[in-house]
Amino acid sequence: MTDSPRLLNDAASRWLLGTLALLILLVPVFSLAVPETSPFHLSTYTVALFGKYLCLALLALALDLVWGYAGILSLGHGAFFALGGYAMGMYLMRQIGSRGVYGNPLLPDFMVFLNWPALPWYWHGFDNFFFAALMVVLVPGMLAFAFGWFAFRSRVTGVYLSIITQALTYALMLAFFRNDMGFGGNNGLTDFKELLGFSLTSAATKNGLFVCSGLALIAGFLLCRWVVASRLGRVLVAVRDAESRTRFMGYRVEHYKLFVFVLSAMLAGVAGALYVPQVGIINPGEFAPLASIEVVVWVAVGGRGYLYGAIVGALLVNYAKTWFTGAFPEVWLFLLGGLFVVSTLFLPRGVIGLLGQRRRLPAATAPGGTH
Amino acid sequence: MKPLLLLLLVLTTAGAAADSGTGTTMTIDAIDSRPVDELMLALGTASFRDKETLVTQLAASGDARVPVLLQALLDGTLYSDATTGALIATPADAAPIPLAGAARADVPKDDLRKITVNNGLRSQLRVLIAATQLQNPDPAVRRQAARTLTGNAQTTLLPLLDRALAAETDAGARAALAAAQASLNLANPDPAIRAAAVAALAETSDKAILTLLEQQAGTETDRTVKAGLARAITDLRGREQRFAFVGDLFFGLSLGSVLLLAAVGLAITFGVMGVINMAHGEMIMLGAYTTYVVQLLMPSHIEYSLAVAVPAAFVVTALVGIAIERSVIRFLYGRPLETLLATFGISLVLQQLVRTIFSPLNKSVITPQWLSGSWEVNGMLSLTYNRLYIILFALAVLASLITLLRKTPIGLQMRAVTQNRAMASSMGIRTGWVDALTFGLGSGIAGIAGVALSQLTNVGPNLGQSYIIDSFLVVVFGGVGNLLGTFVAAMSLGVVNKFAEPLVGAVLAKILILVFVILFIQRRPRGLFALKGRFVED
Amino acid sequence: MNETTRTGFRRRFKKTGLQVLTTALALTAGSAFAADTIKVGVLHSLSGTMAISETTLKDTVLMLIDEQNKKGGLLGKKLEAVVVDPASNWPLFAEKAKELLVKDKVDVIYGCWTSVSRKSVLPVIEEANGLLFYPVQYEGEESSKNVFYTGAAPNQQAIPAVDYLMKDVGVKRWVLAGTDYVYPRTTNKILEAYLKSKGVAAEDIMINYTPFGHSDWQTIVSDIKKFGSAGKKTAVVSTINGDANVPFYKELGNQGISAENIPVIAFSVGEEELSGFDTTPLVGHLAAWNYFMSVNTPENAAFIKQWHAFIKDPKRVTNDPMEATYIGFNLWVKAVEKAKTTNVDAVRKAIYGLSVPNLTGGKAVMLPNHHITKPVLIGEIQANGQFEVVWKTDKEVPGDAWTDYLPESAKITSDWQDPAINCGNYNTATKTCSGQNY
Repeated sequence: MTDSPRLLNDAASRWLLGTLALLILLVPVFSLAVPETSPFHLSTYTVALFGKYLCLALLALALDLVWGYAGILSLGHGAFFALGGYAMGMYLMRQIGSRGVYGNPLLPDFMVFLNWPALPWYWHGFDNFFFAALMVVLVPGMLAFAFGWFAFRSRVTGVYLSIITQALTYALMLAFFRNDMGFGGNNGLTDFKELLGFSLTSAATKNGLFVCSGLALIAGFLLCRWVVASRLGRVLVAVRDAESRTRFMGYRVEHYKLFVFVLSAMLAGVAGALYVPQVGIINPGEFAPLASIEVVVWVAVGGRGYLYGAIVGALLVNYAKTWFTGAFPEVWLFLLGGLFVVSTLFLPRGVIGLLGQRRRLPAATAPGGTH
Repeated sequence: MKPLLLLLLVLTTAGAAADSGTGTTMTIDAIDSRPVDELMLALGTASFRDKETLVTQLAASGDARVPVLLQALLDGTLYSDATTGALIATPADAAPIPLAGAARADVPKDDLRKITVNNGLRSQLRVLIAATQLQNPDPAVRRQAARTLTGNAQTTLLPLLDRALAAETDAGARAALAAAQASLNLANPDPAIRAAAVAALAETSDKAILTLLEQQAGTETDRTVKAGLARAITDLRGREQRFAFVGDLFFGLSLGSVLLLAAVGLAITFGVMGVINMAHGEMIMLGAYTTYVVQLLMPSHIEYSLAVAVPAAFVVTALVGIAIERSVIRFLYGRPLETLLATFGISLVLQQLVRTIFSPLNKSVITPQWLSGSWEVNGMLSLTYNRLYIILFALAVLASLITLLRKTPIGLQMRAVTQNRAMASSMGIRTGWVDALTFGLGSGIAGIAGVALSQLTNVGPNLGQSYIIDSFLVVVFGGVGNLLGTFVAAMSLGVVNKFAEPLVGAVLAKILILVFVILFIQRRPRGLFALKGRFVED
Repeated sequence: MNETTRTGFRRRFKKTGLQVLTTALALTAGSAFAADTIKVGVLHSLSGTMAISETTLKDTVLMLIDEQNKKGGLLGKKLEAVVVDPASNWPLFAEKAKELLVKDKVDVIYGCWTSVSRKSVLPVIEEANGLLFYPVQYEGEESSKNVFYTGAAPNQQAIPAVDYLMKDVGVKRWVLAGTDYVYPRTTNKILEAYLKSKGVAAEDIMINYTPFGHSDWQTIVSDIKKFGSAGKKTAVVSTINGDANVPFYKELGNQGISAENIPVIAFSVGEEELSGFDTTPLVGHLAAWNYFMSVNTPENAAFIKQWHAFIKDPKRVTNDPMEATYIGFNLWVKAVEKAKTTNVDAVRKAIYGLSVPNLTGGKAVMLPNHHITKPVLIGEIQANGQFEVVWKTDKEVPGDAWTDYLPESAKITSDWQDPAINCGNYNTATKTCSGQNY
């Protein structure tokens, strides 16, 4: 293994960044400047759809950072995504103000008809965008910190770690389903009006959100690349490949793991926050363990441990899902399930592995194969 | 016999009518002298209200046909012939019995109009029938009849109960009759009789009697009786608490058994083989669907269907498991994470497959008679049969699995391959074959779990998904690769859940369990029963 | 990495990237040739947890479209169904609704089952000025300009049911058991207020919530048993949802709670749910709906016959949401014929006051609050999985979007016809509609 991850990633990364930048530039042009009658016009539906894909790609990227480079298979990354989403959703809820169904200036509609006497304490502050934006990264980050601090110190690894991350998101799902929690229960938060004064239904806002998602993805990608290319990143790979040996060499393994886990959770939170205004709803379904497993599947389909592989995987699988559910509503699960099986059997290094990389890469080898 | 029957029915009527809850006040005086046949035929067109009156009058008539009629009415097997108006009972296990009117041979099916009953009528019928059953030769029927009458009958029934009690030989039925009698005596104007009744009732273990006593305590004026009541109530409440504890324990163990059944197959495929088998839930689902198909194939032998379904489900799911192992998983050994991806895909395909074949609707799996109902230990504790059998079944499955793994040559080979594949292979074990069999075994056991779950919950395409997360949790909590750990984990999670549930509610109990497992894994990162030895590290 | 592989990689990546882009654009360009048919969107989950209920409604819509086409279509055009699968995933519901409206340009959508799916598509439908017919009983508290609610509002199901139990059965003690989501929460809030207004004491009401798909009912059923043995006639009002019902009823049967002791009246258990299990131990438990398959009318007989012919399975049952779909479809057809166009605003204006026969022998009238009139029926479960009607309202009850039993909601009314109001949430105290579009 003579090549460093940075060199290997370079060409693909440039292409990826180029494509993303092109999309960010072109999509608003085709959507806003090209007249609706033109066949090249992009509808707001498409813009919002692409925006959603980009958010999911950012989530996949966050997962790849911990799974592909630190060997932490989190089956609960959806939890961080959803928490970021809820933080944004709470801000959007507060923005509705007195335009709710019941015209209550303070309480969201679901609290009004369930007779909440006052706004719960944890809802305070969310009327301020910057507070909410802070919470978008802080809440997932703190949860990841608390969880990781215990788990990594206790040296919970492998499947044990995976299953307790799953338990974490499952517990959160059940908790958020409870109406008594004050997050709208199963219906979640919905009926959003505007973000920072921009109406969420306008084409311009949708394009703006799309551009933000694209920029966030680019920024997230660069950040992750910087992390994995740094000395820290190499220690992480060492941890992934031989945790005990790394520890014996004097590295405080748990600190490295904790750092990257928290960073990843924050990225997932940002993805969630951008996702919510574009799809218009956040509810506990996002915490569902199966949703988190799906994220793992995107990364695996794209190719684990390349960063751009995760992005390609997320875009590909979600695009396939959109297409299949519309075109083959009765049989799409056969196609999707088949895709997963076939890609595991024939593309062990993911779609990225297919694209010209024939050699074993350090990033894709997982000696011991414990996780 | 006939005069006795007449007396008995007359005596029960007033209580029955009052119990129907509809406010119909029916007294014996109101009975008109229409001929019995006419009353019976009137049932064919009567409204529910009218039927209540008619049934009371019929019961009072003492006609020999009446018990058959009442039972048929309760069972929903009483029909009237739309053409002739004749009344026919069609018991499930006997030939049709013409009851009144001009009976025809071979009434066309379309002409039969079922005589419907509602809840009010049903409870009235039960009391009426119970009164006739105090003389039944079967002690169990007499016991049940006495229970039905407790608290439902009126004081006019007392002489009848006294006589039945005097003639009663079965201890259980005696106790039940004595309780019924005492409960009526609570209304006696004589304080001494009331005190004796309270003392007699204090010996029972019955929630309904506790309620009766509590109500009596509210209205009682006599001081001695009052003191007796207070003592009796304390006694009964204490007993109630103890039995509630036993009940909760039983609930917990039965929930634990369900978890155990669901998880034990996964303990093989995931715990022993290291395959993150997301399709495990779908194997459970296939087992449940096999039960459904077996019942479709043998509709006249439902009682034995489960005995056929267990081996059938094992074979079907084991074969599916072997097919999955040979076609997909064998290429993925040493890459456990990719097994997650592939088996997740397989689980999606299997779900959609049953949706396509069986429709997305839930399928009806019939519960055999011997699995329904409950074993009434006493009036405060009853254990449902299906749960009881599932506990036994789960233990039997676990025991046979352990025996298979520890005592048989194939079990030895399975353990050898999982512990050191290369060494096992060089000792001449066909590792590929053993892998397939092991995966087949795990899947087959999941299939058996599906048979058991089909008796508790929905049989539909989503069945598997609702158990997969719990199964993983149990296996990991117990310690991967340790069957005993799986057993202890399942049982303790079940019991803790059921004791927490009354305190904090079902949702919070579940959340607490999850948090508990997360925290526990911090203390013991390898589960309850961690494997020791070199291969732990990899 | 050497030069050749890098170029190869670059070329392939470029090519694939372009392909993805072009296919995506092709996908979104959509169908520009949609004029010769009238498109009907079907937005029901065909996979995931809700498929069990919603697939039937998809088939119902397809059957109704088929039937209409046999009659020569509508306005001289054929109807064409566009079926998509939102897969029981709520954000996907919004995405698919938008796909139907923007890409497929459907004229009307039949869809949704859960409240959350409806809430999720609501902004999309309003933004694109689409038309949605929602066929399931729900909690009310909504009246959107673009949605017609053909299922029951709480006053068309819950309140009459409780009235029946109180007056005809003499129930004094109440267990309100439900799945923890918005429909049971709201319904139980309304019922609690209603029961208290009728003089029921707080200690005679027990409220219990369970998570979705709850399968272990031992504790709760034994609690109900305990609560019901206090000497007063007790009933359970169940808003337990879908999948959790089978284990609930099985546990009831096994613990020996018969309908005579403690009747359970359910608002979400219909013929289709009952077809999933053996109902012998449940005979006599109740359900309140606006339609039962056992109702004996010529319209219903024809509908059942048509259904069996379409689905090619004589054992399939019909249920209340199917009837609501049927009514919604016929109302829309009639409105389109009256308006002579499928334009949403024209159809909306034409539909108020229109009436079509329902399947129970009465008429369903579309009210200006986007709800319809419905009879309320109470049925007892029979051993064959059907219901026997034991009680029925004298005439149809008009659906009330905003319940009178919650203080905040009592002030609000909905009227989309009266030009002085023209909104779905008119506050009678402040005489305004709040900023919400409905």
